[in-house]
Amino acid sequence: MLEIGLGHYLTVAAILFTLGVFGIFLNRKNVIVILMSLELILLSVNINFVAFSHFSGDLTGQVFSLLILTVAAAEAAIGLAILVIYFRNRGSIDVDDISVMKG
Amino acid sequence: MAIAALSFYVFAFITLFAAVNVIFARNPVHSVLFLILSFFSSAGLFVLMGAEFLAMVLVIVYVGAVAVLFLFVVMMLDVEVVASRKGVARYASVGGLVGGLLLVELVLIVGGRVGGLPNQTAAPVLPIPEMAERTNTQALGDVLYTDYILLFQTAGMILLVAMVGAIVLTLRKRSGVKRQNIQKQTLRTIDEAVELKKVEPGSGL
Repeated sequence: MLEIGLGHYLTVAAILFTLGVFGIFLNRKNVIVILMSLELILLSVNINFVAFSHFSGDLTGQVFSLLILTVAAAEAAIGLAILVIYFRNRGSIDVDDISVMKG
Repeated sequence: MAIAALSFYVFAFITLFAAVNVIFARNPVHSVLFLILSFFSSAGLFVLMGAEFLAMVLVIVYVGAVAVLFLFVVMMLDVEVVASRKGVARYASVGGLVGGLLLVELVLIVGGRVGGLPNQTAAPVLPIPEMAERTNTQALGDVLYTDYILLFQTAGMILLVAMVGAIVLTLRKRSGVKRQNIQKQTLRTIDEAVELKKVEPGSGL
């Protein structure tokens, strides 16, 4: 119990990933929370990468984690920009309203 | 060792607690704040794993930039606080099914491998140097600017494209706003700027 191994970190990441997926399904009101759930999923992937990097003594995982952080930041920026123009056009960001893909 | 284990449990608990609250908070602003807390405590987990540079990047980029971006958008869009949670039960069953299935699969994979990497025969591609002779940041910099320069540049390009895309998407032309036209200003000559009027005495303009 006192020896923290790879399994502990992987368990945390697995629960975090599941929470993110659950959040995407559960939340039907607000697209912003869905974007936040995506961030949680990417964070869990990062934890996995760093944990494997640490426990196998290989730096490659941290390099890839850095790249994932970059892509996640870009994705958040683009997603929020799309959300802003959507709100400007429709006046709401309810998930149920975004079922139609025509402007 | 006990301190490290205790820190792990504290950070892991806070991360998961905050993640639960991100999903279930009624107010989106609270969700964003819990997201910040989640990222902050996972930065602690990264430090425990010896990835100091990534931990600091997580704090600076996420807590400093992305979370504030989220907060800014949430406040700008004035999303109303959800009063009723109608329809949650309908989606909770589907979400619970998918989420539970994923959790079971992940636990089955992880569960067989608790306690280290099995069958690890291959030597590490990039061995982590001793912390005393090369810090984590230096070691990452050593490989990031040499072996992974292409990926590094590509990441920079992705960020550039994202920045241009976000600006182009949200830019709008407003009518009725007086703007400065620098080209018009500098191309003005004295002929069109100054006009001489012949004023008849006593009559005015």
